Amino acid sequence: METTYTISVFTEDIVGLLNRITIIFTRRNINIESMIASESEVKGIYRYTIVITVLPERIEKIVKLIEKQVDVMKAFYHVNDEIISTEIALYKISAEAIKQNELFIKTINKHHARIIRVSFDYIVVQKAGGAKGIMDLFNDLEQFGMLEFSRSGRVAVTKPMKTLSTYLKEIEISNSN
Amino acid sequence: MIHDKYNKEVTGAEALILALLDAGAKDVFGYPGGAIMPIYDALYDYSDKLKHYLVRHEQGAIHAAQGYSRVSDKVGVVFATSGPGATNLITGIADAQIDSNPVVCITGQVASHLIGTDAFQETDVIGISMPVTKWNIQVTKAEDIAPAIAKAFYIATSGRPGPVLVDITKDAQFGKTIYNYKKCEGIRSYIPYPKVNIESVKQAADLINKAKKPFILCGHGVLLSESQKQLLELAEKGNIPVASTLLGLSAFPAQHPLYVGFLGMHGNYGPNILTNECDVLIAIGMRFDDRVTGKVSTYATQAKIIHFDIDPAEINKIIHADVAVIGDAKESLDLLLPLIESTNGKERKEWLKRFEECHQIEFEKVIKTAVNPTTPSIKMSEVIDKFHKLSEGKAIVATDVGQHQMITTRYYQFHDTNTNVTSGGLGTMGFGLPAAIGAKISRPDKQVVVVVGDGGFQMTIQELGTIMDYNIPVKILLLNNNFLGMVRQWQQLFFEKRYSFTELKNPDFVAIAKAYGINGKKITERKDLNGALKEMLDSKESYLLEVLVETEENVFPMIATGASVSEIILE
Ligand SMILES: Cc1ncc(C[n+]2csc(CCOP(=O)(O)OP(=O)(O)O)c2C)c(N)n1
Repeated sequence: METTYTISVFTEDIVGLLNRITIIFTRRNINIESMIASESEVKGIYRYTIVITVLPERIEKIVKLIEKQVDVMKAFYHVNDEIISTEIALYKISAEAIKQNELFIKTINKHHARIIRVSFDYIVVQKAGGAKGIMDLFNDLEQFGMLEFSRSGRVAVTKPMKTLSTYLKEIEISNSN
Repeated sequence: MIHDKYNKEVTGAEALILALLDAGAKDVFGYPGGAIMPIYDALYDYSDKLKHYLVRHEQGAIHAAQGYSRVSDKVGVVFATSGPGATNLITGIADAQIDSNPVVCITGQVASHLIGTDAFQETDVIGISMPVTKWNIQVTKAEDIAPAIAKAFYIATSGRPGPVLVDITKDAQFGKTIYNYKKCEGIRSYIPYPKVNIESVKQAADLINKAKKPFILCGHGVLLSESQKQLLELAEKGNIPVASTLLGLSAFPAQHPLYVGFLGMHGNYGPNILTNECDVLIAIGMRFDDRVTGKVSTYATQAKIIHFDIDPAEINKIIHADVAVIGDAKESLDLLLPLIESTNGKERKEWLKRFEECHQIEFEKVIKTAVNPTTPSIKMSEVIDKFHKLSEGKAIVATDVGQHQMITTRYYQFHDTNTNVTSGGLGTMGFGLPAAIGAKISRPDKQVVVVVGDGGFQMTIQELGTIMDYNIPVKILLLNNNFLGMVRQWQQLFFEKRYSFTELKNPDFVAIAKAYGINGKKITERKDLNGALKEMLDSKESYLLEVLVETEENVFPMIATGASVSEIILE
């Protein structure tokens, strides 16, 4: 059965590397559901968090191909149970929502969202959480007039306790032999 | 001028030449153009140290560099200009990537302030080459050139080799820098030689020692890791039959009694059919290409699979390995050998006899008439058989792609190691002639013969100009069937003989060769074959021998696409 995996890739900070990684997916006709790049806990090392849905027999092969890239330090994959992840979403709602103030505030509270900007003609709501919660709020807010909606990709940390620096040491050791 | 090269201010272009020399390069194949002119200008002063061969098309340069690297441990180096020069390399880079050839390509690029503006001859060669290079980089500053070259050579040659590309902007070539060269000895994110896990080696030894019907598949990795000796020892110690993939040919001497032949679609009968009878399959430095496995779901399902490979991404990619030994094959086999029980050639005799029986069947049904035909027209197989005998299997043989390629790899029995130069993974027509040029430059001591078809010859025929220019004594054996033979064979077998655009109207090839000052001859009759081959081999200079061969000959045996290795057909 197709499963959703979160792939964490630790890399050198190099122009074009992201492209090298994405072509591994595109060549195999795999859709990247989300992808985020940021600096990791180790200075100078970048972390890409990529979400894809594939058959379990494919994931390991794909991750090995990512790791094979010269400038990739290490790549891991995890199923949803093995990570703690979240996304963030922004909803820009028409200021008309004020007219149904009570229902609007109730909806926001029910979803543990918050208002981060109120302006003359719009209101911006922010919610962090899983993909489902974010979409549920979207559906509930639509009645108030959705002007714009934007979702970040998934950010994740893994439950296993091995740290990136331990892996880096391992790589160093194996290269010095 | 050269002895005091360090800590001296030079242009980026000169730094490039110095860095190539420091990296050990002696020969370059290339073609100039606007964006690489500063480099060519710097080369002018160094042409006695770094010999440049002006090819006649950039595809010729990259294939020559591949051939150059295939027959020795040298790295092929290529120069090309930006835009069309760079894109003309792409086919060869893709070929080098899939066949793991260490090649360093240097491309000129427009000045950095013009990048992204659709400037004249600007193309995103970094983007285009990304899927087909092991690594690539764009350099925009003179001081970054030498480190990039050091890194490029290290990456191209270490671990599983492959092509790399260094794209250098024109301003970086003109810029000034203090020259220094530091050999690259490691990159923290890159593990070219994974440490061999001794436990997996023990498991492999255990499986091999217990096996009644073990079978070794030798791949290109044996040549790349230079573990020919270890392979021979393993085979002899365990009395284990050895078959070879297309790119593994010449790693194990074909004359050896334990050598049982060539694997795959047009390989030998025994090694294919007995893949599905062995009890332990020992795959060394090979990647279970679909031309070798046929239908994967029925491939060696009865056997335990031991897979030796340096590239972790090859393990379980196609065929599940019961034991995977990840690492350099030489290192792994050195660890394995002491654990292998010596059989003194006594064990597994029944099993070896099975190969002998299969060979007899193939001999009766295919080989006998292939090498001694009674047909009026000449057959490719008899040409190669005679060429093999006359050269005692000791020539470097480059091939192009098609029927003549499969016939050559079937009937030329490679005696010496690293003498098979062919385009395996990509199957690039036009590869043969330039690859043979590179091979001859790399190994001037060797007889180098390229076997080509009339189709593929015309894809890079312009390289006759390179042969003429530098007097490169490459021998050309053209097997002319006036067809795109391999495609015609498939049309005959799978498309009801509808010969759609496979018949060729050909020029007078000998006249073309002569126009390039290359001596040649065309023969059409069997009685002239031996003498003509001899004349070609004995020639001190380049020579073209065109042999008119049967138009509608088919290559057999054959495993049809999607069929199992055990369903190989003999006729
Ligand atoms: C660049 C390229 N184009 C097309 C093909 C497809 N192809 C494979 S074999 C072949 C026929 C080759 O004909 P020829 O060179 O005459 O050799 P023959 O098979 O007759 O020995 C063709 C067209 C290819 N392998 N490479």
